[in-house]
Amino acid sequence: MSGGRWLGYAARRLAMAVPILLGVVLFTFVLMRLLPGDPAVFFASSPNPSQAELLALRAKLGLDRSLPEQLAIYVRDLARGELGQSLTTGQPVARDLLARLPASIELTVVAFLLAMAVALPLGVAAATRPNSWLDHLARVVITAGVSVPTFVTGIVLIYLFYYLLGWAPDPTGRIDVFIGQPPRVTGLLLIDSLLNRNPERFLAALKQLALPAATMALFAIAPIARMTRASMLGVLSSDFVRTARALGLPRRQVLLTYAFRNALIPVVTTLGMVLSYMLGANVLVEKVFAWPGIGSYALDAIVVSDYAPVQGFVLAVSALFVFLNLAVDLIYGLIDPRIGFER
Amino acid sequence: MSAAGPLLALSGLSLDFVTRGGRVRALDRVGFEIAQGEMLGVVGESGSGKSVTAYAVMDLLEPAARIGGGRLDFRGLDLLGADRARLAALRGQAISMIFQNPRAALNPIRPVGRQLVDVLRAHRPMNRAAAESEAERLLAMVRIPDPARRMMAYPFELSGGLCQRAMIALALACQPALLIADEPTTGLDVTTQAAIMDLLRDLARARGMATLFITHDLALAGDYCDRIAVMHAGQVVECAPTARLLAEPRHPYTRGLLAATPRSGSRIGEIAAVGGALPDLTREDLPPCRYAERCERRRPECDAAPPPLAERAPGHAVACWRAA
Repeated sequence: MSGGRWLGYAARRLAMAVPILLGVVLFTFVLMRLLPGDPAVFFASSPNPSQAELLALRAKLGLDRSLPEQLAIYVRDLARGELGQSLTTGQPVARDLLARLPASIELTVVAFLLAMAVALPLGVAAATRPNSWLDHLARVVITAGVSVPTFVTGIVLIYLFYYLLGWAPDPTGRIDVFIGQPPRVTGLLLIDSLLNRNPERFLAALKQLALPAATMALFAIAPIARMTRASMLGVLSSDFVRTARALGLPRRQVLLTYAFRNALIPVVTTLGMVLSYMLGANVLVEKVFAWPGIGSYALDAIVVSDYAPVQGFVLAVSALFVFLNLAVDLIYGLIDPRIGFER
Repeated sequence: MSAAGPLLALSGLSLDFVTRGGRVRALDRVGFEIAQGEMLGVVGESGSGKSVTAYAVMDLLEPAARIGGGRLDFRGLDLLGADRARLAALRGQAISMIFQNPRAALNPIRPVGRQLVDVLRAHRPMNRAAAESEAERLLAMVRIPDPARRMMAYPFELSGGLCQRAMIALALACQPALLIADEPTTGLDVTTQAAIMDLLRDLARARGMATLFITHDLALAGDYCDRIAVMHAGQVVECAPTARLLAEPRHPYTRGLLAATPRSGSRIGEIAAVGGALPDLTREDLPPCRYAERCERRRPECDAAPPPLAERAPGHAVACWRAA
């Protein structure tokens, strides 16, 4: 596989993302305006604003114009790279999102790695020993993970580890306020505290991260483990694994190099989807743990009909979706030589 | 090892599959022997138990299989009693196997050269460079053109015939004494089929390697094998040197198979299918001779006791009460 073909493929895929993102913009824009709630009422200075004040506010916010006009203005601003202004924070939405994105990324990535570290071995073990206790354990974990919503898991974990056992710190924010944040380099506290050579801060951030990350991971383990198990079972009964056994390859090599690498192909699809879902699931988990990420930011904005942050959030998550899907397709090419990137 | 005894001897091998649909009595007292360097054809319809017999020798049976009795001896080693590690050490080293549908039998996402290196290094203390040059030599040995370039090829980049050649290279990498070839030419076109069979025969002769050739094609077995064992519904019904079996078949099933085999010059009207179908092997009331219900010569004694595979002439064994 030559690098040039990869780049060409990636460029074409990114170009294809433009109409998708435009569709997302249109959809969110219309949806936000269909939802009940009037921003002017929320942001009026008094609880009982006069009609004149509301009209003035609407005019100031541009809400007195027709919907197509508002949309045209919004798209024009987007083309200039402006996501609009948040009425709640008074800041440009782009700045708010950038400031909060590292918190969400740190939470999502750590939860994702945790989920993979548990789900992949669990799926493989369940597939290699069908109907063993490990297989049954996998089934229980998968069923629980599918059926329990994240905010319930989060609250149960808080109740257990914070309230009852007292092992976890207050479930509020990313780091103990008395310890304080490390100097910002990447915005990822675990990395920044290491760059700062401050193990105390690293530990504090890790402790704070443990429960929300575990909550998200529990949600992600189910689909990954289930797909790994199913895919491994399929591959283990395939002809080439039988060949590998007939040729006397060591069991470890048969399982890992021959079976698992082949089984990974559909698992990678699932990993991409799970990571995408996690970006959405963030909204509730961040709320439960008062995590200052983009999810809780969007949720707060929805409640007060603050259009620009919600639209900005959906657009940002959609863009991440597009990138993730592209990454998944490129990873396919690495794993499976049969996949080419021809025009 | 002694040249006197057979390389592989099966006797009285019975095997069931325990499934939700009931017990499938897949093998019933299967027995035959292969001498060193010999090519034995095992011929029968699909479902006659040929492949299951091979998997039993390789210890590659699925978990649902239950061995009911019998012996498997390889160079005097009792394969059914040996521990799994001992058997694993034999596989790929002393006994090896090739399969039908060679493209699916190879790892689709690993270059064939790497797969060869894997096998070589699994059985021999070799560094990577030595294994690679040996792998290239093996590809040349199975007459794959341009072996150096083909080392990097993935199975999907090779034709079916080339995949089977690569598979043969894998199986022969460690110079096994016995090769089990399970329908190795099914799915290949006729010219490729002949080329693969010629290659197998030549390599076996050059190395003194015994071959257990499993096929449903009696004519093909007739062209290449020293001896042929005919299987029907999990029973060996006849076993004889090839020329003798083709000229003087004693079992009615063998006769039926021969009548169903097209020969050069035979007209379509002369080819007759074997009547009836294999009995359902989950049945409780399987007749002792499993061919009885398809047999034109069935007599009351056929339903009394299973016919033993008895030698009726030197080297010619038949399992039929009516074969004098």
